[in-house]
Amino acid sequence: MSVILKVEHLAKSFGGVKAVTDVSFEVRAGELKALIGPNGAGKSTCFNMLMGQLKPSSGRVSLDGQDITGHSPRDVWRRGVGRTFQITGTYQSMTVAENVQMALISHHRKIYSFLPRAHRMYREEALALLALVGMADQANRACAILAYGDLKRLELAIALAHEPRLLLMDEPTAGMAPRERISLMQLTADIVAERGISVLFTEHDMDVVFAHSHHIMVLNRGELIADGTAAQVRANARVQEVYLGGGTLFSPEDAHG
Amino acid sequence: MGLLIAQLLTGLANAAALFLVASGLSLIFGVTRIVNFAHGSFYMLGAYIGLTLMNILPGHVGFWGSILLAGIAVGLIGVVVEILVLRPIYRAPELFQLVATFGVILVIQDLTLMTWGAEDQLGPRAPGLRGVIRILGEPVPLYDLALIGITPFVLFGLWWLITKTRLGVLVRAATQDREMVGALGVNQSWLFTGVFFLGSALAGLGGAIQLPKGGADLLMDFNIIAAVFVVVVIGGMGSLPGAFIASVLISVLNVFGVAYLPSSTLVLMFVVMAIVLTVRPFGLLGREEVAGEHGQVGEPERPIRPFGLTGRLIFGAIVLALALLPLYGSPFAQVLITDIVIFCLFAASLQFILASGGLVSFGHAMFFGGGAYVSALAVTYADTPMELAFLLAPLGAGLIAILVGWFCIRLSGVYFAMLTLAFSQLIWSLVFQWGEVTGGDDGLVNIWPAAWLSDTTAYYLFTLLVGLGGIVFLRHVIHSPFGYALRATRDSARQAEATGIDVRRVQWVAFAFAGMMAGLAGGLFVFSKGSIFPNELEIAKSFDALIVVFLGGVKTLSGAVVGGAFFESVKDWLTRLEYWRLVLGLVIIGVVIVAPEGIVGTARRVGERLGLVKEGEGTR
Repeated sequence: MSVILKVEHLAKSFGGVKAVTDVSFEVRAGELKALIGPNGAGKSTCFNMLMGQLKPSSGRVSLDGQDITGHSPRDVWRRGVGRTFQITGTYQSMTVAENVQMALISHHRKIYSFLPRAHRMYREEALALLALVGMADQANRACAILAYGDLKRLELAIALAHEPRLLLMDEPTAGMAPRERISLMQLTADIVAERGISVLFTEHDMDVVFAHSHHIMVLNRGELIADGTAAQVRANARVQEVYLGGGTLFSPEDAHG
Repeated sequence: MGLLIAQLLTGLANAAALFLVASGLSLIFGVTRIVNFAHGSFYMLGAYIGLTLMNILPGHVGFWGSILLAGIAVGLIGVVVEILVLRPIYRAPELFQLVATFGVILVIQDLTLMTWGAEDQLGPRAPGLRGVIRILGEPVPLYDLALIGITPFVLFGLWWLITKTRLGVLVRAATQDREMVGALGVNQSWLFTGVFFLGSALAGLGGAIQLPKGGADLLMDFNIIAAVFVVVVIGGMGSLPGAFIASVLISVLNVFGVAYLPSSTLVLMFVVMAIVLTVRPFGLLGREEVAGEHGQVGEPERPIRPFGLTGRLIFGAIVLALALLPLYGSPFAQVLITDIVIFCLFAASLQFILASGGLVSFGHAMFFGGGAYVSALAVTYADTPMELAFLLAPLGAGLIAILVGWFCIRLSGVYFAMLTLAFSQLIWSLVFQWGEVTGGDDGLVNIWPAAWLSDTTAYYLFTLLVGLGGIVFLRHVIHSPFGYALRATRDSARQAEATGIDVRRVQWVAFAFAGMMAGLAGGLFVFSKGSIFPNELEIAKSFDALIVVFLGGVKTLSGAVVGGAFFESVKDWLTRLEYWRLVLGLVIIGVVIVAPEGIVGTARRVGERLGLVKEGEGTR
C-alpha cells in the first residue's frame, strides 16, 4: 500500500511547554488509523499541525510526497484532505443541504460568483451525500435545530464533499450515546472502505478504536510510544503502563520539578 | 528651539484630558466589554458641570474642587446610565450595546442643550495660574505646566489602583475572565457599576480639567470620541500605559501639525494610527485578544429564502405604484421618495456586510459621502459628463473600501468597529480641511445631472431604476454563492477555512462590494441635490444607517429597506421638534431593550403568533 500521509519528527512547543516532541508516522492508502492517548497527550495539537491550524515548531508533513508543512487549512483541504472537528462547526444559519452545498461550491471554486442562486447549486450531489450518511430526510431542516448525532453525520457528509483521499477526524464520536458511536463509526468505515479513503482519527472510546481501526498509535506526553495493530498495541508494555498504571504518566523527576 | 519646546509642552498639556478620557474608556471596555460610544458625552457633561460649579465656588479650592466634583457627578450619571440602559443588555450582542450607547449620546446632547443652551461657553482661568512664563523666550501658560505635572500623578494613581488594591485585582481578573470572577462569588453587577462609575468619572474629570484651555460646547462629544478611539487603538485596548503614550503622541503631533501643516492636523493622527496598525495590529502595547469575533449578531439566524410568488407580487405592485407616482403624486412626493430610495440603498449596503458578514462597520458614511465627492470632484475639476461622473461614484467608493478594508478586515469585533469609525473620520477630515480642493465646509455645488435627467420626474425615475435595482442586486447577492460564503465565514470561520474558503478575502471583497453600493447611493444623492457637504461623511451619517438597519431588524433581509423608508419618512416630521434627538435617543434605547428584533422581526413574530405566517419559515 502506498503512503498517503507521512509525518517526520513533528514537534510543537508553546513557550517552554513541549506539547508534541518528535512524532513520526505514516498513513497508508485505504487505512483506518487511530491516534489515542490520555488527556493532554498532544492528540489535538498533532491534528491541528497536520491540517494547518497550527504551525509546527519543527518537522515535516507530506501528502503524497509533497511537503505541506505549515500550509493553510484551506490549502490542505484543496489537496484532498477532509477534516471533522471535536466540536462541530457547521453553519447555523443554513439548512442541512445548504451546508453540504457550501462545501461543494467551494470545491468547484464558485465562491466568488455573484449571479447564480446558491441554494440550487449542486443540490443533487448534496442530497446524494446526505443519503449516504442517512440524513436525506432532514435535508431541508435548519442546521441550528439538529440533534447532536445528526450534526456529526452532517459533518461527515461535508467532509466527503470534495472527494478527499484522506479524512482527519478529531474525536468523531465524542458526546454521543454508546450505540450511536458504534453506528457512526461503522458508517464511516463502510464509506471509506468503499471509496478507498484513508482515515486518521483520535478517539477516547476504546470500543470504537479497537473495533474499527486497522492500526493504532498511542501518544503519551507528546511522544509516540506505540504504533501497530490492535494486538500489538494491547501487548505493548509501555502502553500498559500508561493506561493501567505504573506511575509513568508523571515520572518522579516531574513531581520534584 | 524655544518654539519647539513650547509646542512640545502644549502638546503634553493637551494630552492630560485625552488620557483621562481614554483611560476611562479602556477601563470600562476591559471589564464590561462594552465600547461606550457615549464616553464623549460624559466628557462634555464634565465640562458643563465643571463650568457651572466654578461659577458658584470661589478661589483655588473652588476651582480644583469643581473639577473633582464634576468628575464625581459625571461618575454618578454614568452609574444611572449603566443601571438603566446597559444592565438589561449585557448579554445582548455587541451591536445592540453600541446602538444603545449611541441612543445615550442623543439623549445627553439634548439634555445638555436644554440645561446650558446652544452657545459655546468659555472656561474660567485657573486662579493663580493665569499667567505665562517664558521658556527660552517663548510664552508657556502656567496652567499647561500644571496639567503636565498632574498627568503623571493620574497615571500613577490609576496604576496603583489597578495593581495594588482589591478593586484593581477584581478589575484585572474580570478583564481576563468575567465568568470565572462571577463564579468565585464576586457580585458582578456592582463590579460593573463600580467600574462604570470610575470610567465615567475619569471622562468627567477630563472634560472639567480642560476648561481653561478649551471651554465647553455641544460638539465636544463627537470631537473627542474619534480622538479617543484613535488613542485606544494606537495604545492597545485595555492598556493604561499604552493609552498614556498614545495620548502624548497624538497631542504633541497635533500641536506640531497646527504649526507646520495647518491644513492636515486632523488627518495626521489617522495617518499615525494607520502606520501603527500596519506594524502592530493590536496597538503599541496591546496584546492579541478576543475582543469579540466577527460573528453572529444575535440569535442563530434562520435559513434565508428568496421571495416566493406572493413576495414578488407585492414587491412588483410597490414598484409599479412608485413608477406611476408622477401621474398622481406631487413633485414634492417625488423628491421625498427619491431621498427615501437613496437612503434605503445606503442602508441596505450596510446591512449586507453587517447581517450577512457580521462585520459591524461604524464608518459606512465614508463610502456614501466618498462616492458623492468623487463624482462632484470629477464634475468640478474635469467637467466630466454626468453619466461618467455618476459611474465614478461607486468605483471611487469601491476603491476607498478596498484600501480601508485592507487595514480593517484583519481586526475583529469592536476593533473593527472602532477602526472603521476612525477611517471615516480620516476621510471626513481630509475633505473638511483640504478646502482648496474640496471646498471644505462650503462643500461643492452646481453638480447637476445631464439635460435628459434634469427634470424632477426624470431624475425620480432614474433613481427608482438605479436605487431599487441596487437594492434588488444586493438581495440577489445574499442568495448567491458569494453571499452564502460570506455567511459561512460569519457562522464558523474555522469550518469555512477548513473547507477551502479564504475567510479574510471573502470579507474583504464583501466590504469592498458594500462600499461600492454605498457609493452608488452617494452618486444618486449628489446629483439629486446638486451639491455635497462634509456632513454626508460625518459619524452621524454612519449612525443613521446603523440605526435604520437596527430599527428595521438586523436579522432580516428587508430590515434596512423597511427601516430606511420608515426613518426617512418620519425624519422630516421628527426634526421639526425642538428636542428630536431626545425623542430618537429614547426610542432607540427602548427598541434595544424591548424589541431587539426590529420592525420586520417583530412583525414576523407577531404574524407567527396570529397564525398569519407559518412558523419556522425562512427569513426574507
